[in-house]
Amino acid sequence: MSTSGEIPAPRGRPRIFLVEDHAVFRAGVKAELGDAVDVIGEADEADAAIELIGERLPEVVLLDVHLPGGGGLAVLRGVLPHHPEVQFLALSVSDAPEDVIDVIRAGARGYVTKTISGPELLQAVYRVAAGDAVFSPRLAGFVLDAFAHGSAAPAAGLDLELDQLSPREREVLRLIARGYTYKEVARDLSISAKTVESHVSSVLRKLQLSSRHELTRWATDRRLV
Amino acid sequence: MLGGVCGAVSQATGIDVTWVRIGTVLCCLASGIMVFVYAVAWLMIPMEGQSSNIYSRAIRDKRGIRLVVAVLVPVLILLSVITSTLHMPFLGFISWPTLLAAGLVVLIWRNANDSEKEFLDHEVVPLLGTDVHGQGRRHLLIVRIVVGVAIGAMGIVLLVEGHTTIAALKPVGGAALVVAAAVIVFGPWWLSLVRDLIAERQARVRAEERAQMATHVHDSVLQTLALIQRSSDDPQNVVRLARAQERELRAWLFEGRPPGVISEEANLLGEGVSLLQRQVEADHGIAVQVVVVGDCELDEALRALLDAAREATVNAAKWSGADQVSVFAEVEPDTVQIYVRDRGQGFDRAAVPQDRQGIAQSIEARVSRFGGDAVIRSAPGEGAEVQLRMPRRERVK
Repeated sequence: MSTSGEIPAPRGRPRIFLVEDHAVFRAGVKAELGDAVDVIGEADEADAAIELIGERLPEVVLLDVHLPGGGGLAVLRGVLPHHPEVQFLALSVSDAPEDVIDVIRAGARGYVTKTISGPELLQAVYRVAAGDAVFSPRLAGFVLDAFAHGSAAPAAGLDLELDQLSPREREVLRLIARGYTYKEVARDLSISAKTVESHVSSVLRKLQLSSRHELTRWATDRRLV
Repeated sequence: MLGGVCGAVSQATGIDVTWVRIGTVLCCLASGIMVFVYAVAWLMIPMEGQSSNIYSRAIRDKRGIRLVVAVLVPVLILLSVITSTLHMPFLGFISWPTLLAAGLVVLIWRNANDSEKEFLDHEVVPLLGTDVHGQGRRHLLIVRIVVGVAIGAMGIVLLVEGHTTIAALKPVGGAALVVAAAVIVFGPWWLSLVRDLIAERQARVRAEERAQMATHVHDSVLQTLALIQRSSDDPQNVVRLARAQERELRAWLFEGRPPGVISEEANLLGEGVSLLQRQVEADHGIAVQVVVVGDCELDEALRALLDAAREATVNAAKWSGADQVSVFAEVEPDTVQIYVRDRGQGFDRAAVPQDRQGIAQSIEARVSRFGGDAVIRSAPGEGAEVQLRMPRRERVK
């Protein structure tokens, strides 16, 4: 999604925890991230992950969505209520929309597919460690689709502000879906990179908090299996 | 005719097969014992051109024997009780051998090999009216219901009309009690048999599924792995193969499309874009990242838009030098837009060689013919983006 070096490495290496059931993939991720991060623990199933994350309190958890013992969702639900400061970046081979939407709604700060390259993954880790959201083009597409334009007027009682994307947010998402980096988005819209970040974070917040029923319906409509 | 027994007899004795058949049928009508004899002969005489008879296989079919015994024994006991209480020995005379024969036929059915089974399927199943797949299924069902109701009504009428006295109803009541007793005694056994049969059937279905899965995996994944091993010195080819395989596997696992049967004709924009993705990835060994927002049916104009997008993607794959192209398609109420973007070397439109200029024009010409437009944004070193827009003729939904 981006060229390396766009986000400066934070002071000190981010402390990473890997939750992933494929040993080969775990080894691959560690090799790719190399010395840029400090991998302080690994787990291959949900219960062990919840316990270890609670003990070691990493900055960023790389979380496989499809995990034995309840999947990535169980980990998010087991950790976040007690340790809201831990950031989650979801990883998956599946692009299935309902998986993506579910982990984001459960509190993950971003979502990337496992085909992501090492430098891109590192970027995503830095971004999540800094408290920002990571939107892959695909996730941006999902969100645009889920908050579809001009859908019927929201039902009474729904929070209008939460249930709709602002035109600017829509523009930002569209550019991300087109493959633009945050920096390129900023240049294209003549705004600062920080503003792009805040738009994306606001979209993430809406995605997580919206009670909009279309969101669930959209995800189930798209259920592919 | 049924099991080929008459044919075998006529071959052995030299009597014309028609006479043997007529004789057999007459004997069957006169006495049920002949039916039994026929079934035994069926078991014992090997099929033409085969060394083993069905009997040798049936004797090893423990479950089948159990099934036959479990059903036959109670029914026979019941029959003997009922016939003796109702003083109708003729009923027993016919039904004993017929029942035994039925048991044997079940064994034959279970142990027939494939060619024999095929014969049975063709010749016997339509006679019994149990062919659930046939077109006449509804028809047969109606016939069965009518016949069943008629027989049941007849029985009730006979019972009520013929023996109105309580005394005469006694044996019937006795028979009912015996039936109930048989159900209580043998019921669990029957149930377990039925469960066994169901389990056996499920195991067969699972085995079939496994075989199908194995075929799919062999046709796709194993073949690709073999190809990858052979081209291990060509990393680019390995990547291309792996990517194509991933795409195919994904389509199979998550979208239920069997590998190798991908329709070349798309009807929806989303399908069209993923087809474009697969083709360009397979032909040019480059990753195409696709995001589609919304979907709609393809008409002539949108097909032209897709063609233009394919052209743009192929261009990016050929010239840009980037290892990835992003394609973003969005369906809006009144327009469809497709963006094709790469991070390659880019180009200066004014300094483009004539042949590439031609391609760019072909992209523009394609969409403008249907009232759309194309914008190409690029600068040396900054990659390129082709923005395509097509107004929608029909608003679907």
